[in-house]
Amino acid sequence: MVSETTATMTEPVIQMENLNVYYGSTLAVRDVNINIPYNQVMAFIGPSGCGKSTVLRCLNRMNDLIPSARVEGKVTYHGRDIYSSDVDAVDLRRRVGMVFQKPNPFPKSIYENIAFGARINGYQGDMDELVEDSLRKAAIWDEVKDQLKKSGLALSGGQQQRLCIARAIALQPDVILMDEPCSALDPISTLRVEELINQLKDQYTIVIVTHNMQQASRVSDYTAFFNAEATEQGGKQGFLVECDTTKTIFNNPREKSTQEYVSGRFG
Amino acid sequence: MTSPNQVLQGDSCQPNAYKFSPALPSRYKTDGIFKALAWAAVVISLTVLVVLLADVANDGISRINWNFLTSFPSRRPAESGLLSALVGTIWVMALVALFSFPIGVGAGIFLEEFIADSFFENIVEVNIANLAAVPSIIYGLLGLQVFVRWLFPITGGRTILSGALTLTLLILPIIIIATRESLRAVPSSLRQAGFALGATRWQVVREIIFPQALPGILTGVILALSRAIGETAPLITIGALTFIAFLPPLSLQGLRTTFSVLPIQVFNWVSRPQAEFHLLAAGGIIVLMVMLLLMNGIAIYLRNRFQQNR
Ligand SMILES: Nc1ncnc2c1ncn2[C@@H]1O[C@H](COP(=O)(O)OP(=O)(O)OP(=O)(O)O)[C@@H](O)[C@H]1O
Ligand SMILES: [Mg+2]
Repeated sequence: MVSETTATMTEPVIQMENLNVYYGSTLAVRDVNINIPYNQVMAFIGPSGCGKSTVLRCLNRMNDLIPSARVEGKVTYHGRDIYSSDVDAVDLRRRVGMVFQKPNPFPKSIYENIAFGARINGYQGDMDELVEDSLRKAAIWDEVKDQLKKSGLALSGGQQQRLCIARAIALQPDVILMDEPCSALDPISTLRVEELINQLKDQYTIVIVTHNMQQASRVSDYTAFFNAEATEQGGKQGFLVECDTTKTIFNNPREKSTQEYVSGRFG
Repeated sequence: MTSPNQVLQGDSCQPNAYKFSPALPSRYKTDGIFKALAWAAVVISLTVLVVLLADVANDGISRINWNFLTSFPSRRPAESGLLSALVGTIWVMALVALFSFPIGVGAGIFLEEFIADSFFENIVEVNIANLAAVPSIIYGLLGLQVFVRWLFPITGGRTILSGALTLTLLILPIIIIATRESLRAVPSSLRQAGFALGATRWQVVREIIFPQALPGILTGVILALSRAIGETAPLITIGALTFIAFLPPLSLQGLRTTFSVLPIQVFNWVSRPQAEFHLLAAGGIIVLMVMLLLMNGIAIYLRNRFQQNR
């Protein structure tokens, strides 16, 4: 099933094998097998509560911060099991960056928002250059270049989100995880972020969770469809339905439920 | 329309609109009642305070003069002053601030950020909440045994150091609880943002969470210190004196001298039969209040400065 559901041409950056995630004793997501290919955009889609965010948080071990969360199975990053004892979560998170659903800039200046991550990770180069470069890549430089001392909180929601993307880029990560990065944004800012993703994929591997089918089809090369089913205990359990190129998922998916979901007749 | 108070008619075309009964007048009346009750609460508490202050000021203001501030206590009321008690209070409070800030804030950060939700933390949490409610005289008894007797070689017995350590114990629970509350009020999305950038826990706390929580922590610390400055019972228990006719030397040796503090001096004067001493006590209370106001003023100033820096 692993090789069937994951049609990857290039070498995968991240591989999930038989991944199960528990919150306490409830199995929230089961049996996820996905290969995330190098410098491509992978979209996670599926109805609310099916575990997209949960799986995403496994990829940079942000689940470590939720005391009740427990991960079973294997997640490898460039072939190394990230849950093995010789992988350091702090080091991993520098390489696998994350952008959250709600913009969450630090209550510091715009400059400090970018410089913070670099500084704590021992960046040796020219800080001004890094800040400008990151803001440029995140397509927000022109809007903020004259007010770098201003608080990051004083920006609009869309600008804040691009600042958060710039903050993630500044660490020169390998992979960027985005959990519904556009859900709080207006259509124009959304398009901006999508353009940005298209530019970034030359250099970064991107995983994006989205509820917007058009967005998934516009920005992603591969799409993983998750679904949830009711359990006997009355809860919900998420699972991976299929993962393939975005073209296949949207045009002739293997499963009927995928077909229904992407055409909007479901969920 | 069922409600006679309807002002806007626009929704009458909605089929279910009649199921809403806005009852605006009675809702506004409830508003008004609660506003009045809140006002009454403010007025009552302020009146009591003002009457108390006016009474004290009336009695004591005539006693406030340079001599009063710079003389040692004496058996003759006219010559008596509170220099030693004032200096004692300043020494003790400076030490209490010095000890309680790092220990209390450190413990609060540890409990809230490093071991939150563990079994150990739950036990400690319950105990700290209880400790905050223990009567201060119990702390006095503890201080007497631990600091005055067991640690005699270090503290030198009934000294400034023993007093400061006892008061530190007394206010630690308050500072720890205030610190934890302030940390808890910092949105967890900021923590996640920090961790997602590859920050260690200490870096997240030091660079992001702590600066956000600092104004709240400072408020808690100052409230706790304000409690300590007025405490009498624990200091009497550990044996602070009332007649001190010397000042501690400004050195480490100063920590190991016997001492008095303002509330004890006031207590002593109040418990004497002669009316002149009662006036002295009122004067002492005014001095104590001014110190409190100064402390709170500094706290508000600090807090505003830190808030601007964000
Ligand atoms: N911190 C948590 N503690 C306990 N259960 C959780 C936690 N986070 C998520 N869950 C549960 O795990 C399941 C999957 O949640 P998750 O947030 O991953 O869904 P999602 O696919 O991202 O949904 P959405 O599209 O609404 O964001 C849900 O049933 C949810 O109740
Ligand atoms: Mg989610």
